[in-house]
Amino acid sequence: MKKRLHKWRLIALLGIVGLVLSGCGEPFLSALKPAGNVAQSQYDLLILSTLIMVLVIIVVVILFVVVLLRFRRKEGDETIPKQIEGSHKLEIIWTVIPILLLIVLAVPTVVTTFDLADTKAMDKKDKDGKTKDALVVNVRANLYWWEFEYPDLGVVTSQDLVVPTDQKVYFNLTASDVKHSFWVPAAGGKMDTNTDGVNQFFLEFDSKKAEDSNNLFYGKCAELCGPSHALMDFKVVTKSKSDFEAWTKDMKSAKEPTVTGDLAKQGEDVFNQSCIGCHAVTPNDSRPEAARQAPNLATFGEREKVAGVLDHTEQNVKNWIKDPEKYKPGNTMTGTYGELSDSQINALAAYLLQLKVEGK
Amino acid sequence: MSTYANKKGFGATIWDYLTTVDHKKIAILYLISGGLFFVIGGLEAMFIRIQLAIPNNDFVSAGFYNEILTMHGTTMIFLAAMPLVFAVMNAVVPLQIGARDVAFPFLNSLGFWLFFFGGIFLNLSWFLGGAPDAGWTSYASLSLHSEGHGIDFYVLGLQISGLGTLIAGINFLVTIINMRTPGMTYMRMPLFTWSTFVVSALILFAFPPLTVGLVLMMFDRMFGSNFFDVAAGGNTIIWEHLFWIFGHPEVYILILPAFGIFSEIFATFSRKRLFGYSSMVFATVLIGFLGFMVWAHHMFTTGLGPIANAIFAVATMAIAVPTGIKIFNWIFTMWGGSVKFTVPMLYAVAFIPTFTMGGVTGIMLASAPADYQYHDSYFVVAHFHYVIVGGVVLGLLAGINFYWPKMFGTMLNEKLGQITFWTFLIGFHLTFFIQHFLGLMGMPRRVFTFLDNQGLNTGNMISTVGAFLMAFGVLVMVINIIITSVKNEKVGNDPWGDGRTLEWAIPSPPPFYNFKQLPLVRGLDPYWVEKMEGKTEMTPAEPLGDIHMPNSSILPLTIAFGLFVAAFGALYNMDDKTWTLPIIIVGLLITFGSMLIRSVKDDHGYHIHKEDLMDDKDKGGKA
Repeated sequence: MKKRLHKWRLIALLGIVGLVLSGCGEPFLSALKPAGNVAQSQYDLLILSTLIMVLVIIVVVILFVVVLLRFRRKEGDETIPKQIEGSHKLEIIWTVIPILLLIVLAVPTVVTTFDLADTKAMDKKDKDGKTKDALVVNVRANLYWWEFEYPDLGVVTSQDLVVPTDQKVYFNLTASDVKHSFWVPAAGGKMDTNTDGVNQFFLEFDSKKAEDSNNLFYGKCAELCGPSHALMDFKVVTKSKSDFEAWTKDMKSAKEPTVTGDLAKQGEDVFNQSCIGCHAVTPNDSRPEAARQAPNLATFGEREKVAGVLDHTEQNVKNWIKDPEKYKPGNTMTGTYGELSDSQINALAAYLLQLKVEGK
Repeated sequence: MSTYANKKGFGATIWDYLTTVDHKKIAILYLISGGLFFVIGGLEAMFIRIQLAIPNNDFVSAGFYNEILTMHGTTMIFLAAMPLVFAVMNAVVPLQIGARDVAFPFLNSLGFWLFFFGGIFLNLSWFLGGAPDAGWTSYASLSLHSEGHGIDFYVLGLQISGLGTLIAGINFLVTIINMRTPGMTYMRMPLFTWSTFVVSALILFAFPPLTVGLVLMMFDRMFGSNFFDVAAGGNTIIWEHLFWIFGHPEVYILILPAFGIFSEIFATFSRKRLFGYSSMVFATVLIGFLGFMVWAHHMFTTGLGPIANAIFAVATMAIAVPTGIKIFNWIFTMWGGSVKFTVPMLYAVAFIPTFTMGGVTGIMLASAPADYQYHDSYFVVAHFHYVIVGGVVLGLLAGINFYWPKMFGTMLNEKLGQITFWTFLIGFHLTFFIQHFLGLMGMPRRVFTFLDNQGLNTGNMISTVGAFLMAFGVLVMVINIIITSVKNEKVGNDPWGDGRTLEWAIPSPPPFYNFKQLPLVRGLDPYWVEKMEGKTEMTPAEPLGDIHMPNSSILPLTIAFGLFVAAFGALYNMDDKTWTLPIIIVGLLITFGSMLIRSVKDDHGYHIHKEDLMDDKDKGGKA
């Protein structure tokens, strides 16, 4: 199938369409800059269908312009045109040609639909119940934050999804409160996280394309889920296979965090009083899903953003803790940890920014 | 009944409209209230575009934005597009088939008042604690999660107005089957009547699933049932199915009448019969039928699996074929014709490329794997505005300009009409074309803001500028209507000069009984057939005789009003307020009491006597 699409792409017009489209958007966000095989196959379908459709539009517009130029009524012209009932020949033509065009689109559509739904690799388990040769991530969407659990590695993280490049990454998708939708535009189309069950699909990240966007992609929630739907962003950090293995090793062996400095130590106390009920600080969180009520903060100091949308600065951490409602209206954190004084918040921020696993 | 021609006082006119069962006056009621809701929905759209003009804007808050976007969609579909479609149907269909009214004039009025009170109820939510905020699709998990009464207003308001729509649909079905004048066979019916016929059938089958969904939702919210509560064994995907089994046909319910209006306009202003009439009829029926087979393409990312996705992808693509047939037939209707660019014709002409673009993005969306990218992004927003504004709204603007003289007896100003046309059209493309790209560049839909540095700023700014141009166009149209109504220069039977169908054979506006004698139809485009034989009026199909007319009645209004009152009781009953039960009872008493009066009281209507008709000096009244 890919070969056939490849041939299509050689056609000059297609190239032009592709050129125009690829000028659009940022490489870390745009579906028009596909960064992996999944996004590429969807992009190929986009180009193929656009080509067919541009063809249709050109035919319609030519006929349309001819009509507008040739058959205008002149002032005072009272002639009655011939009343034509129709033409079987013409009508058959414009029935059959569209059908043929649609078949050209329908065949790769069906093939790709089945290709992209092939998650059989997830079912092959070894005797410990671990997936044999596929990397599986359980994605759990919550009101305005994302949890990423690597069940075969025993590691939980949130907000920043870490994946290896050049291999298929399989996802189990679910939501714990209302329906959300998991979308990394540059890597491929979205899949809903339902409250009713688990959806499965896979994505791939190409190492070269990942370099173009500094190994960082933006992810979005694509289903209206409440006031802060627009702010329910996450990030995808891509790593080479060996870097990813190093990362998983770090994550698996991570112990309770140890922080340095008086301020951070004070912060730890505040955290243990006010935050620990919901937030965990180690990546190997073995509690059940229902107990994991808030993002895992083990890698907080290494995150790309604060709360998914704010720049990763100390000031933003403080602002966020002080008034989360201001930055993410309707979030479930507001009002759950009492009133913290400014000095407590300073200490907490110092503590949180030291929560690191990789030591970067 | 010789009093009808007398000048009435303002109060009497209002009373006349409140109690009318005349399809022409009900059309005007639909037009006014649909127009009002269209302006409200348009204002909501302007709020949306102002908020999204620049990144991180705080013109409206996040929660309020969700209410606006929900009400924009709900209002435009249920309270603006639907009633405006019914306005044109009511004004035109009985005239086109040579009938004196619809089959059930009382029900016609009831349908209007149900829609009206449902719409008012829904919009009162703004002042009573907040509007619904879960999108016009109101997906179950979010709407059960939503606090306040917004969703309850949605659930109850749409049930009331949906009842009105269902009644109207049934009424038109019966009317078109039974009330055609002698000679008006099915295959001589004008295309607009045909599309009304098909659409009424769609309404009959599409609205019950919505009602079922709304009732289940109401039970979940009011009585604690668990149809959609996953924790208690419910399933939210069922709501998605129910909603889209209604929702997809709904867009055809809106677009097919627009197709019908355009078919009339193309033929009229090309002075040529519709090219491929039979295939146009066939295509209309086929689109209506296929419309029920494709709902799951709104759910490609829900996780139905590859088999369902593949089947619904191919089924969806199939709809392109009958739609393509229509586009080419319209072009070839103009081909070889004598094309005059009046304002309605401008809309019709602009509709072809605009709608074609919406159609082709529809095909792109049908390709399921590619749709995983488009779904719930601004690409979809662009697509459905191209079909709904580019199809339905252009169709309604065309239809309102085209039939204005028939409804009100005076012509809208051409110059102002052209200004509206150009600003609206250019504004439209400016607003929505760029949104295809915004979606592909990674902008999800229904976002109250977007962050800086994502490459989305320019596109959103352009879109907002376009929206203002559209608003300007609508404003000019309102001014046009006011000026025209004040001047009120009367026109004759066939003001466009090229009328082809029965409605142009009678005065503008028609007398309240429409046809003094039912006309004899001798072919497709009956008035044109007579004109070509040098006649100026239709041959009557019956001798002059008494005309039986229905009496006016306030009961439709009170029946609907009772439900409106009861809905308030039901809504606040959820808060365990004691005063709510009496309110529910009073409301239902009004409704069922009115129904009882209707059932018990004999109302045989009245007759216009032959002698009065002969005295009638109403010019051109002799049809």
